[in-house]
Amino acid sequence: MFIDYYKILGVDKNATPGEIKSAYRKLARKLHPDLNPNDKDAKRKFQEVNEANEVLSDPEKRKKYDQYGENWKHADEYKNTQQYQEQTSASQRQRYQRVQDEGEFSDFFESLFGGFNDASRSRQVKFRGEDYNAELHLELDDAYETHQRTLNVNNKKIRITVPAGIENGQTIKIAGHGGQGMNGGPNGDLYITFIIANHPHFRRLGNDLYATADLDLYTAVLGGEMTINTLDGKVKLKVKPETQNGSKIKLKGKGFPVYKSKGQFGDLYVTYWIRIPTDLTEREKELFYELSKSQPKKSAK
Amino acid sequence: MNKGNMIPANEFCASHHIEISFINSLQDAGLIEVTVIKEAEYIHESQLNELEKMVRLYYEMDINLEGIETVIHLLQRIINMQDEITLLKNRLRLYEGF
Repeated sequence: MFIDYYKILGVDKNATPGEIKSAYRKLARKLHPDLNPNDKDAKRKFQEVNEANEVLSDPEKRKKYDQYGENWKHADEYKNTQQYQEQTSASQRQRYQRVQDEGEFSDFFESLFGGFNDASRSRQVKFRGEDYNAELHLELDDAYETHQRTLNVNNKKIRITVPAGIENGQTIKIAGHGGQGMNGGPNGDLYITFIIANHPHFRRLGNDLYATADLDLYTAVLGGEMTINTLDGKVKLKVKPETQNGSKIKLKGKGFPVYKSKGQFGDLYVTYWIRIPTDLTEREKELFYELSKSQPKKSAK
Repeated sequence: MNKGNMIPANEFCASHHIEISFINSLQDAGLIEVTVIKEAEYIHESQLNELEKMVRLYYEMDINLEGIETVIHLLQRIINMQDEITLLKNRLRLYEGF
């Protein structure tokens, strides 16, 4: 698909190099990933702006684009008649950016200008590799225990330790596992953001867990025992007599592990939902009726 | 002092084609820390990401030193706010679809 680089930079087809540079800088100040952390939309738009600048700021590329741009599928003819030489006059900074974004250029760009000329990589300048960002989706139970995971990042297998207690949305850095450095420069880093799914029975807030437990009417009124599930296994609870619907109890240390603090746990808060019995027998109805008759006396006290 | 994690400032400047005065200006503005060992200036490896970002702001985007100070300050606020949004989203999940 043809890309209108002039439109992307918001300049006229007769724009001077100065006007192109100025338009690029203005858009870079708005969309550059450095100024828009974690904004994928801005990153995508900046790549378009960068590509447009890459072509229009280079006299040779601009000439070719102006000549063949809309007929880009025939650009090979141009290649056969004119051996394209990478201009060495472009600033180092532009080259650096281009190297960082290698592989992010459009098919249109690749068709018209081909891949990167290896000659442009031969400068003996060390550059740090690009940082990579990845997402790792976990279940809540997965984040409960420290464990190992193998990730596939750019066809390379990386084994990482997922520490217990990691938060939804938390990002960790795996140093040196980003893009390869150039000319002996250090590798970039890999940033992994953890996305933790909601659990059907537990909600998490920091290190604390929240759950609900169904309680039958008789145990709620008279007190007794019940068993509930925690992420650590089953726990037997003593239910106080006259427990009210919606009342909450705290189970100390039965919450989520505290990140990077071995042996420390948050608390589990359980809210009781009292279930009213259904399908009562005639006898049960009689007994409830008897009970209800005793109520007015109590409330008259 | 151990130079293991230190990058000589002059090497950094040479490889990025920038003047050492730029590094000194960033240091004067309190944006980076420069360590002097035997009269040579070094930058700790942990500052490399931020320093390269400031180089891009200055040389690619034409943002002056005062602008860089403002941008770095506002970026930190954005990151803090993103952390807060994550925290609030996690809190909101307590009440969703339970």
